[in-house]
Amino acid sequence: MSSERPAAIDVRDAVKRYGDFTALKTISLSIQDNEFFTLLGPSGCGKTTLLRMIAGFEDVTEGAIYLHGKEIAKLPPNKRPVNTVFQNYALFPHLSVLDNVGFGLEMLGRSRTQARARAGEMLELVQLSQFAHRKPAQLSGGQQQRVALARALAPQPKVLLLDEPLSALDLKLRKAMQIELKHLQRETGITFIFVTHDQEEALTMSDRIAVMSSGELQQLGNARDIYEHPRNMFVADFIGETNLLAVTVDRIEAGRAQCHLGGGQSLGCDAVEGVGAGAKVHLSIRPERLFLTDTTPEGEGLTGRVVENIYIGTDIASLVDLDVGFRVTIRTSNSERGAKRLFEPGAQVVVNMEQGAARLLVD
Amino acid sequence: MAGGAASGGDATSDAYAPARGWLLLPAWLVLGLVVLVPVFLMLVYSFLTKEFRGGVIWEFSLAAYDQFFIDRGLFGDDPPRIEWAYIQIFWRSIWQAGVATLLCLIIGFPTAYFIATRPAQQRNIWVFLITIPYWVNLLIRTVSMRFILRDQGPLNDFLQWVGVIGEPLTIINTNLGVQIGLFYSYLPFMVLPLYAAIERYNFALSEAAADLYAPRHKILTRVVLPAVKPGLIAGCILVFVPSLGSFLAPDLLGGARNFMIGSLIDEQFKGSAGNWPFGAAASMILLTLVLLVLMVLARQQARAARGAG
Ligand SMILES: Nc1ncnc2c1ncn2[C@@H]1O[C@H](COP(=O)(O)OP(=O)(O)OP(=O)(O)O)[C@@H](O)[C@H]1O
Ligand SMILES: [Mg+2]
Repeated sequence: MSSERPAAIDVRDAVKRYGDFTALKTISLSIQDNEFFTLLGPSGCGKTTLLRMIAGFEDVTEGAIYLHGKEIAKLPPNKRPVNTVFQNYALFPHLSVLDNVGFGLEMLGRSRTQARARAGEMLELVQLSQFAHRKPAQLSGGQQQRVALARALAPQPKVLLLDEPLSALDLKLRKAMQIELKHLQRETGITFIFVTHDQEEALTMSDRIAVMSSGELQQLGNARDIYEHPRNMFVADFIGETNLLAVTVDRIEAGRAQCHLGGGQSLGCDAVEGVGAGAKVHLSIRPERLFLTDTTPEGEGLTGRVVENIYIGTDIASLVDLDVGFRVTIRTSNSERGAKRLFEPGAQVVVNMEQGAARLLVD
Repeated sequence: MAGGAASGGDATSDAYAPARGWLLLPAWLVLGLVVLVPVFLMLVYSFLTKEFRGGVIWEFSLAAYDQFFIDRGLFGDDPPRIEWAYIQIFWRSIWQAGVATLLCLIIGFPTAYFIATRPAQQRNIWVFLITIPYWVNLLIRTVSMRFILRDQGPLNDFLQWVGVIGEPLTIINTNLGVQIGLFYSYLPFMVLPLYAAIERYNFALSEAAADLYAPRHKILTRVVLPAVKPGLIAGCILVFVPSLGSFLAPDLLGGARNFMIGSLIDEQFKGSAGNWPFGAAASMILLTLVLLVLMVLARQQARAARGAG
């Protein structure tokens, strides 16, 4: 994604330390104009810290942050054309919904009438016009969330930062808001930097995702890249469900690595640069790309015994203990039950995988 | 945040109401004995006739109020005019108490803000430090203030030594002396409620305001002050009301010319020169004034509380 325009946000070698604790270890990333960019990672990995550094609430210990090519790390928050939707919304309790939304514009020097007119338009956009004169405490959580969104969008920032804005909402409302947010981002053309620890949310909404863990960037890419080509164990494990098998590489042939799991059983997968024969690595196989049979069609299956079938709505998860000593999960979608077979617990089975399902991971 | 909306409910309509009535009885009794009965006695006394050696004669009379508001000349036979002397004392008292309240606010707010923004373990220590001087009796503190503020006192010595002033400042026996005295007497009553309010303040709101382009002074006036308004009003009431009726600071630091209501009333009940009905009447007038101020502020308070949800 190279363009002649400088990136909307460019974080270069940014480090954040609190005393002798390093919250962010040399993060570099560039976020393009109009992008829906997501920071994804487990609790405590530094997502909020990075966001607060971009907003200006935390100073950058080392490194720099550029907005459209201009260094902003030294600017106070009120001088940055960046707005934030806070996790707990932080709506002003003494102001009406309308004045909350108009606050930023007033601070930018617009008259109260102008600010209110524009705030009215923003409330229409988030469908809250009828609540304009209420106080924030008189709104539901979802409505407050939309007010926070309208308030942050009203001054037309270059970049909008959203720190887990949906985490306080129930599942149904969250799904609805995900779609609404995505639409808003398209309509306004504003760059969104969205923080979440919910991988499903990240996958459905984002143009690109940065996966972080303990202050480090693990992988940067679009949803498909990250789900199908995880770069390391952490990403494979964190994004979606996966089976991780510890294996040793036997030989490399024509871009394929043949790996053995012990007990004379082996598996093939695409070779990865830098991994030669004898290397101890992990294979990641998504549960939905495994299926069960009672005979081996291509000689690549692993033998085992079904332990349990768990019904989870759209899918059934079968837990199988492999003879080589691993336990794997196989997911069968309810709609595929005709094509894929289910076995009763206790049955001896062969676990097969689809072509190219195994992915070799270097830690 | 939304928690505020869920609180409340009608406290009087639940199953515990009868029990609560009995449990509140002691509180009502105490309130009645220490507030209502004395006020009622004062009201009665203000309409009695004065006895010359102090005390009263049980005979209805409007003389006390007449003396307060109406001037009939030295021998009481001039045509009645408005008596300004006492109104002036009242006006001066309100002014002094107002200035003292303002001083407390100007010093107290940054102090409270400072304490509330310390790490949680340190805050109690700071509050403790603030209250330490107030364990000493008010009379002793006021006398000490007189010593510190006088022409050859430590304050003037220090200011002259630094070179800020050439001649000693006269503070004792001026309005300023009274204001400083009142300010010092009641400062904690401003700091503590403000501290309580600021401690509960959600500092994310300041960040939100900064994020929305508010410079620091706008964050203060548009977000912080409205949010801590209940504490602000409580602090002002707690300083203004006792300042208004105070007599130690005006007597010791203001001298005879800077007389306040408190001293006026105090004198009516001392020795044989006193006038009990007049003292009671002045007290009733003061009480009415204070109640009026409180009602206005309480209405403000209620509005602020409604706003905060
Ligand atoms: N003011 C601070 N002083 C010391 N350490 C801090 C401070 N703020 C954050 N940290 C630490 O920095 C790390 C990253 O915190 P951060 O809030 O960015 O996590 P996060 O990824 O947003 O997590 P979550 O998903 O739980 O919100 C954490 O280990 C946290 O303890
Ligand atoms: Mg966070």
